[in-house]
Amino acid sequence: MVKFEIHDLNIWFASTQALKQVNLEIQANEILSVIGPSNSGKTTFLRTLNRLNDLNARFRMTGAVELERQDIRGINIEDLRRRIGMVFALPLPLPLSIFENVAYGIRVYGEKRKKVLGHKVEEALQQAYLWEEVKDRLDESAFKLSGGQQQRLCIARTLAVGPEVILFDEPCSGLDPISTAKVEDAMIKLKEKYTIVLVTNNVKQAARVGDRTAFFLSGELIELDKTEKIFTAPCDKRTDGYVRGEFG
Amino acid sequence: MRKLKEFIIEKLILICGLASIFFVVLIFLFLLKEGLAVFKTVGPFKFLFGKSWYPISEPAQLGILPLIFGSLLVTLGAAIISIPVGVGCAVYIAEIAPAKIKEILKAGIELLAAIPSVVLGFVGMITLVPLVKSVFHLPTGLTALSGSIMLAFMAMPTIVSVAEDALYSVPKTYKEGALALGATHWQTIWRVMLPASSSGILAAVMLGIGRVIGETMAVMMITGNAAVMPNSILVPVRTLTATIAAEMGEAVVGSEHYFALFAIGIVLFIISFAINVTADLFLHKRQ
Amino acid sequence: MRNSHRTQNIAFFFLLLATLLIIIPVGLIVVVIIQKGLPAINWQFVSDIPRQGMRTGGIFPAIVGTFYLVSGAILFALPIGLLAAIYLSEYAKENLLTRIIKLAIVNLAGVPSVVYGLFGLALFVVFLKFGASILAGSLTLGIMILPVIITTSREALESVPQSFREVSLSLGASKWQTIRHIVLPNAIPGILTGTILGLGRAAGETAPILFTVAAFYLPRLPKSIFDQAMALPYHLYVISTQVPNVDEKIRYGTAFVLLTLVLFMNLVAIIIRTKFRKKKKW
Repeated sequence: MVKFEIHDLNIWFASTQALKQVNLEIQANEILSVIGPSNSGKTTFLRTLNRLNDLNARFRMTGAVELERQDIRGINIEDLRRRIGMVFALPLPLPLSIFENVAYGIRVYGEKRKKVLGHKVEEALQQAYLWEEVKDRLDESAFKLSGGQQQRLCIARTLAVGPEVILFDEPCSGLDPISTAKVEDAMIKLKEKYTIVLVTNNVKQAARVGDRTAFFLSGELIELDKTEKIFTAPCDKRTDGYVRGEFG
Repeated sequence: MRKLKEFIIEKLILICGLASIFFVVLIFLFLLKEGLAVFKTVGPFKFLFGKSWYPISEPAQLGILPLIFGSLLVTLGAAIISIPVGVGCAVYIAEIAPAKIKEILKAGIELLAAIPSVVLGFVGMITLVPLVKSVFHLPTGLTALSGSIMLAFMAMPTIVSVAEDALYSVPKTYKEGALALGATHWQTIWRVMLPASSSGILAAVMLGIGRVIGETMAVMMITGNAAVMPNSILVPVRTLTATIAAEMGEAVVGSEHYFALFAIGIVLFIISFAINVTADLFLHKRQ
Repeated sequence: MRNSHRTQNIAFFFLLLATLLIIIPVGLIVVVIIQKGLPAINWQFVSDIPRQGMRTGGIFPAIVGTFYLVSGAILFALPIGLLAAIYLSEYAKENLLTRIIKLAIVNLAGVPSVVYGLFGLALFVVFLKFGASILAGSLTLGIMILPVIITTSREALESVPQSFREVSLSLGASKWQTIRHIVLPNAIPGILTGTILGLGRAAGETAPILFTVAAFYLPRLPKSIFDQAMALPYHLYVISTQVPNVDEKIRYGTAFVLLTLVLFMNLVAIIIRTKFRKKKKW
């Protein structure tokens, strides 16, 4: 099933064009890796999907992004963001307790029953493989967790809302290899239930977890194919150069 | 339900956002409403340039030139004292003082800004006024000079803090570049830092002067309040602000005197408006 | 080379001199008022009404009056100022309207205090027929401290990292929920600092209350918000310039109480600010 369809997407910030004529589809329950050098437009692309770019007053776009055949600009923005969760580049816990961080999204949706909240928080923490480490200290500040734990907390927080799609924006850029491995494990297991878009600077990470990989350069989608194909026999010379580390 | 609540709150936020504009306009309108009536009896020219202010004689003489001169004289004196001292202090704090002393000095300046003007006026009355009297052998120490010294003091916090901000916002590379070329620290301050922050320092001076022109209580308590054309800095004077504060209590609502005091208010409002807008332009030019 | 160093030494000496010219008098003022005012303070002085044309007795009605005025001013200015700050920090776009609002705030801060007094007289006392009353005085002071509250609250709101807002929005929270649950709680120390600074400013001002509320001599407590009231700063003005032969002790004592009140509020504001800076988690 096709989750996202993107047609002729062009994006500008003031007069600078960030994305040029991007066309692609994202399948349900796949992990799509998005790679490319910095300033290639990959994060902009990601933030288009949950309309986070709208916060920037200079943002302008043409073309269409469709979620299950419905233009995202026609969906209530809060519902859209509830359906499409996001995990940011740095672990960004809110200045609340561990419990309240995970409960936040459910609370703002209007859930007040303690029992339901407690149950959903536990479930989300389990799914992010964090429950065992924090179950006795749920009332502590989230800032007391280690970097890797914080990032898994952010994943749990995203899961708690019950999204269909999860956007990862370089989720391991600040983490050590062991924490990175844990986050990657979590992602692979999550794709059974969720559609995942992973923007990463780490080409090897894309190769490890991505079903398909998209390569962006200077705002253009150069190539999109099965991950294996991108890394072994890409059609475009530039893709080949990038994945082999000739430029970055 | 939630949507409706949020809609109302957001409209309320917008309304409050516009409140400042509303109040500035409202202040001006009410000053005009009460003040313009005076021009039915006195022409604007005669009001601004008339040399005598005898609001309760028959017929009343409503020329505010002596008051304008009083304000100008006191302000000029305060500016001559406060600009070099204030900018000097800002340079010292921003460039020379060691970190710990810097914090103490800044706290001291904040302390000065916090002291109510009536307290400063009181202290001035008791210390400065007798001092001026004995040093210059005057019949009274309640003079323009005493007012200038006290007001200079009250302008300092504004001048120091705005000028210090201006110095602070000069890019570090300017300073490092100058030092790397072998200039001494003082040469760097004089030739690089001060010119680079000149528009901010100018804004600091203007805002300080704005504070001085608008100051009321201290000035009323120590300048002697004589509404005559001053011929020296060692005689009593009366400023625009002090005139309003001292006389409004006795003016009958709706009388010519009452209208005239509001007309002085219009003059003060326009002066402070002009100063603040210009200072704001200088501050924005810097960025 | 040697010459330029001598120039530097001379220049630095003058800069130090300028600094001392400000700092030493500030210290002296505070010391003198404490030294001469403190002996005047006793229970009777702060709890009794003024007697014998303010030549003896206490200053209790003035303390109460100032308390009422300051409370009224903050009750008016805090909600409006805070919402205005939220508008500027969270909603305003970079356009002409925002530029005009900012300019209006700068101007509001620059209007001479005695002009506020005139405005309060014309609008509240005469036009709205409140008469000289606590209500008229509080509203006048409230408008006067509005810029202080807007500016400090706005800084506090803007210092909350943008990333917190993005996280909250990305979880499906609405803009107002994000402000209410994430931005405001984290800006509270800064807002508190601004509010207290505003209180201190309102407590010390005299000119705006001259014609809107202040009673020359009213040896009883105000009965309602439509009553006149005495106030500390105006009382100090009155006993130091309008009433002959007041014991110097009473003048210094009044100045001491007023100064202590204002400096105490500023001190609290500074303490909150520094504590907050140290505790900041991001």
